[in-house]
Amino acid sequence: MTVTTSVTDTATSLLRFATAGSVDDGKSTLVGRLLHDSKSVLTDQLEAVAHASRDRGTGAPDLALLTDGLRAEREQGITIDVAYRYFATPRRRFILADTPGHVQYTRNMVTGASTARTAVVLVDARNGVVEQTRRHLAVAALLRVPYVLLAVNKMDLVGYTEAVFAAMAAEFTAYARELGVCQVTAVPVSALAGDNVVTPSAHMDWYGGPTVLEYLETVPVVTDPAAEPARFPVQYTIRPQTTTHPDYRGYAGRIASGVLRVGEPVTVLPSGRTSTIAAIDALGHSADIAWAPQSIILHLADDLDVSRGDLITPTTDTPHLTQDVEATVCHLADRPLLPGARVLLKHTTRTVRAFVKDISSRLTLEDLSQHPKPGRLNANDIGRVTLRTAEPLALDPYATSRHTGSFLLIDPTDGTTLAGGVAE
Amino acid sequence: MNAHVSADPYVLSHLEVLESEAVHVFREVAGEFERPVLLFSGGKDSIVMLHLALKAFAPAMPPFGLLHVDTGHNFPEVMAYRDRVVAGLGLRLHVASVQEAIDAGRVRERPDGTRNPLQTVPLLEAIGAHRFDAVFGGGRRDEEKARAKERVFSLRDEFGGWDPRRQRPELWQLYNGRHAPGEHVRVFPLSNFTELDVWQYIAREKIELPSIYFAHEREVFARDGMWLAPGGWGGPREGESVVRRQVRYRTVGDMSCTGAVDSTAATVAEVIAEITASRLTERGASRADDRLSEAAMEDRKREGYF
Repeated sequence: MTVTTSVTDTATSLLRFATAGSVDDGKSTLVGRLLHDSKSVLTDQLEAVAHASRDRGTGAPDLALLTDGLRAEREQGITIDVAYRYFATPRRRFILADTPGHVQYTRNMVTGASTARTAVVLVDARNGVVEQTRRHLAVAALLRVPYVLLAVNKMDLVGYTEAVFAAMAAEFTAYARELGVCQVTAVPVSALAGDNVVTPSAHMDWYGGPTVLEYLETVPVVTDPAAEPARFPVQYTIRPQTTTHPDYRGYAGRIASGVLRVGEPVTVLPSGRTSTIAAIDALGHSADIAWAPQSIILHLADDLDVSRGDLITPTTDTPHLTQDVEATVCHLADRPLLPGARVLLKHTTRTVRAFVKDISSRLTLEDLSQHPKPGRLNANDIGRVTLRTAEPLALDPYATSRHTGSFLLIDPTDGTTLAGGVAE
Repeated sequence: MNAHVSADPYVLSHLEVLESEAVHVFREVAGEFERPVLLFSGGKDSIVMLHLALKAFAPAMPPFGLLHVDTGHNFPEVMAYRDRVVAGLGLRLHVASVQEAIDAGRVRERPDGTRNPLQTVPLLEAIGAHRFDAVFGGGRRDEEKARAKERVFSLRDEFGGWDPRRQRPELWQLYNGRHAPGEHVRVFPLSNFTELDVWQYIAREKIELPSIYFAHEREVFARDGMWLAPGGWGGPREGESVVRRQVRYRTVGDMSCTGAVDSTAATVAEVIAEITASRLTERGASRADDRLSEAAMEDRKREGYF
């Protein structure tokens, strides 16, 4: 640890979460309310919103305007792209990936959910769990977002009735269980009136659970690294070759998962050579132990040929090497993905050539049915594919590790990101 | 560690997480690009960015130099700081000059004297001349609405333009840096830092800053509700009277559009206390260049601005 000062006593935990829901569900209003009521909106931002609301002839300041960033979005009243928002309470710092909810933006929700510990799914209390809700939940499940919060919004429009909320919470939880999402919490809210977003509602005495903010402040932010396999993708070799450090040779990278200890026997993949961890530099001080997601420099006892793209793992727990990848991908690009396509596959710090051997099925998110042999995947489609890579990959199942089980497919001709994939 | 953090031995504070991610970004670029460069203005964000770059490669030096887009209207304290840091570290500094571009007729001076928007042309010229393929910028997503939609790796076409509809999706922390010849990638290691995080990190790391970030007596005049410093850039105008006040700067840019705020904060801890209590965003309080229109930043980014 570095020397602490009184200022760093404000060090706190960091939660990344994603929202999913559409303009019609009041998502922008909910996010605006969260920022506004947690005192994260400052005077000049509020003035700008009030000014813009007046220009548009709306009466009260439209909190949704706090979050609509681009001109096209303001003109069309929609959200095009993932926006990242930042706010803090005395208990925690938050990074919100605010994603649009419409079907043509599944890829944006996938993007937001890929780094989220929690997903907040919004429904309109008048409409309940609709196809779109099921799609949002399925994306959260596919990307293994550990915690899901159902926010039943616009409770003011259904008379704050408990039975309406209870029915939706039950339906949502049952569907979540089907998808394997166990950690579901439901909150009845009115983003417009401010009920249960930050402040407990005066209209719903029957509800005894947390507000949306209380939930976000208390949901666990970290998994236990000791429970995961240790994985260290090498990013860069540090060799100063200076008079003060003539023989220094360290492997820089960020621990993707698990815990590494000095003295531990390790294997370098894909070569399979073995050594032991001789030392760990943790950004300016040496350490006996380091864990995900720390960025460190690792020193090995033996002089091996190690370079960017290699994966260092404990010898007792190495991933399986493969050139045949079975995965589910979300297609992100406007041009379709076809069988036989030649692509680049980026996994951790390693990029290899690959081709699409087969697209075995396309998933319909609304009812989780698989359509066999779709022939192609279009933008926002989610499907199962088989890939063949030119070189072996040290791939973990995504269920084991979000970092070493995920990859990108890239178009080798122009660098476009084609798809995000999760290995089986 | 404090009472907020559980006794779990594997917990990292938010600053440690942000630091690790920024270091990861620097190392990704070093591993995947031929000719990176770091934009360095001597402002606090670029100072923090340089500090992180040094940490990412220590005990070796970062495998890239610095680029300063010089508006010609700099605070002398900031220039002195820049030169001292560069000399002390032995890093290579490239300077792209707005004044030279004006003198050569490639850029036209604006009637309001503001040179911040004029930085785009010399920046793109320098990127082209040196064939930089990755340009580190200190932009943060919390600064402004258009920046909230910015990627960590932001692809720019041969005109340096940013097309929000053509942005690549960015999943997990897998950054795609591939680009065609002539294109380059802007990289923002501080994407997820807020103004407060930057200051807390400065405190934690005991990073030295130019003196103008702390309260000092200075001659200023009022314009557009901000305290501006008189100088050769075109202030004060007739009817604008100069007064002496105790102020500090929350952001440091071109003198013509960077306002000071009334402040008594003389130390990092006092600045943090002031920010925590402030009811204005840093750009709203002190940057005229963002007030030009509701879409000011978006428009400048489309043209190739930082």
